Amino acid sequence: MADPMKIRANLVGDSTEVKVLMAHEMETGQRKDAQGKTIPAWHITNVTATHNGKTVLSAQWGPAVAKNPFLSFKFKGGAKGEKVQVSWIDNRGDKRTDEATIA
Amino acid sequence: MRRLRWAVLSATVVAAAVLLGGCAATTSGKQDDAMAKTVAMLKSSFHERGQAKLDRLDQDETQRLCTDVGTKTPPKELAQKIEQINLALINWPADGKYLGDWKNGEKIAQEGRGMQYSDDPKGAVGANCYACHQLTKEEVSFGTIGPSLYNFGKLRGYGPDMQKYAYGKVYDAEAYNACTNMPRFGHKGILTEQQIRDVMALLFDPASPVNQ
Amino acid sequence: MKQRSRNRLRRPALVAALATLVAAPFALGQTSTEEGIAKYREALQGGNPAELWEARGEDLWKAPAGPSKVSLEKCDLGLGPGVVKGAYAHLPRYFADADRVMDLESRLVWCRVKLQGMSEADAKKNPFGNGSEHKSDLEALVAYVTSESRGVKMNVPLSHPKEREMYAVGEKMFYYRGGTHDFACATCHGEDGKRIRLQDLPNLTTIEGAQKAYTTWPAYRVSQGEVRTFQWRLNDCFRQQRFPELVYGSDASIALTMYLARNANGAPYDGPAIKR
Repeated sequence: MADPMKIRANLVGDSTEVKVLMAHEMETGQRKDAQGKTIPAWHITNVTATHNGKTVLSAQWGPAVAKNPFLSFKFKGGAKGEKVQVSWIDNRGDKRTDEATIA
Repeated sequence: MRRLRWAVLSATVVAAAVLLGGCAATTSGKQDDAMAKTVAMLKSSFHERGQAKLDRLDQDETQRLCTDVGTKTPPKELAQKIEQINLALINWPADGKYLGDWKNGEKIAQEGRGMQYSDDPKGAVGANCYACHQLTKEEVSFGTIGPSLYNFGKLRGYGPDMQKYAYGKVYDAEAYNACTNMPRFGHKGILTEQQIRDVMALLFDPASPVNQ
Repeated sequence: MKQRSRNRLRRPALVAALATLVAAPFALGQTSTEEGIAKYREALQGGNPAELWEARGEDLWKAPAGPSKVSLEKCDLGLGPGVVKGAYAHLPRYFADADRVMDLESRLVWCRVKLQGMSEADAKKNPFGNGSEHKSDLEALVAYVTSESRGVKMNVPLSHPKEREMYAVGEKMFYYRGGTHDFACATCHGEDGKRIRLQDLPNLTTIEGAQKAYTTWPAYRVSQGEVRTFQWRLNDCFRQQRFPELVYGSDASIALTMYLARNANGAPYDGPAIKR
């Protein structure tokens, strides 16, 4: 399993603000190594965030996203103590799920 | 009476000389010790890699003298000594031609690689002028460790004396400004004679972008 | 009702926006790169990838490892065995058990050898990471330990004669001109308001310069995609000075660190930071 994400979720008014740091190479597939060979693409393709069983964010990522990406978003609702889950899957089929408690 | 006074006087002078001489020896001795300790520690803390061998830690006289000066301006006599030493190290072009191809000169000015242990020893070696200087108007990514060279020929004139001075400066900047921050591109074998000529053309060719 | 939002590359456009923030000052050329980078850091509040190293480092600190299968929790970083909080602000310092002055990185190597039973070669292996398949444990440990000194005022001692000696030697090294290009540290770091290309250079011969520079290492270097430590910074400077390679944790590296860290005294430590 890949390295854990760092997730922070905070209630701000009637919305929950979520900040996520993901550990991933996010290789675009367009770089070449010192020998001139293309370094194969290796990046997150889908991100999903859920709260109380509901999907609050669904994203499709491509090579434009930076290495060790930082994702910040908010959704309406949430209460202190409830959990937010974030999952990603990459083009190699590797995946990671982590959760945070809304503070 | 006179002889006694004279004896006492001369004895005092001799004693003073010995004291002063002795003091001087101790101070410079201490300094030499500290420097020796520093050099010893440096040598044991590096290892050779790629084209960078340990002899790169050996200092020549210019480097040694300028290390002691630090970031201060060297005193006049010392500056003259360093400049004289380095003026003698300059190899002027045998045919007296100082200018080459400015297009190549711009490439050399942009090239930051060369001589590092991470560089291919057979690869490009540049002068990395833009690291420290402004040159053309178009290149906005320039450093400020050295003065702007924009409009170099246009401002200073295109004549042979100015060309010779600039050639000498690139070849061995210490000959004109003791303890300068600028590398000695010719003397240290960083650039070839042709490469220096190309950089000269970048500065002096009226068609060069530096002079637009 | 189910609510779904599909955000094709919209949210990650944050990255593109940040790229513009950084690119804009470069395009203008003359405007302060510092301002652009400060804005970049603000936008990344809570998003410094260094936190991923800090988390990994904390796990490494607490996990039994090495032939002795012991954690690093009894490692003495100068404030007593296992005391991590504030320790970085007091380093480098003299350690009686080793009878020498050590910086954080050489001390971590020491603890990995003495507590965890590693050979020195193994303890020093892979100090600078290279991608997620060549992660550096030392880098992560440094990120963790330094994060526990965030906000603590730099307070490097100069009480032991060996500490004073290292400081003096470090200062001499700072001005040592050598290599093919006659470069010393002072060549680039000896004056106010200078830059190489568009990279502003701190004047390390002044207190303010040393404070600003030293308190922001280690840092996540975006261009490297890695957390880089102070040993790395020294190593990479010497490479660019055309010197041979600086040995990791060597006396010269500790002497220079001593000189700069001590000059930074009084400033609150602000790392791990984020740099271009």
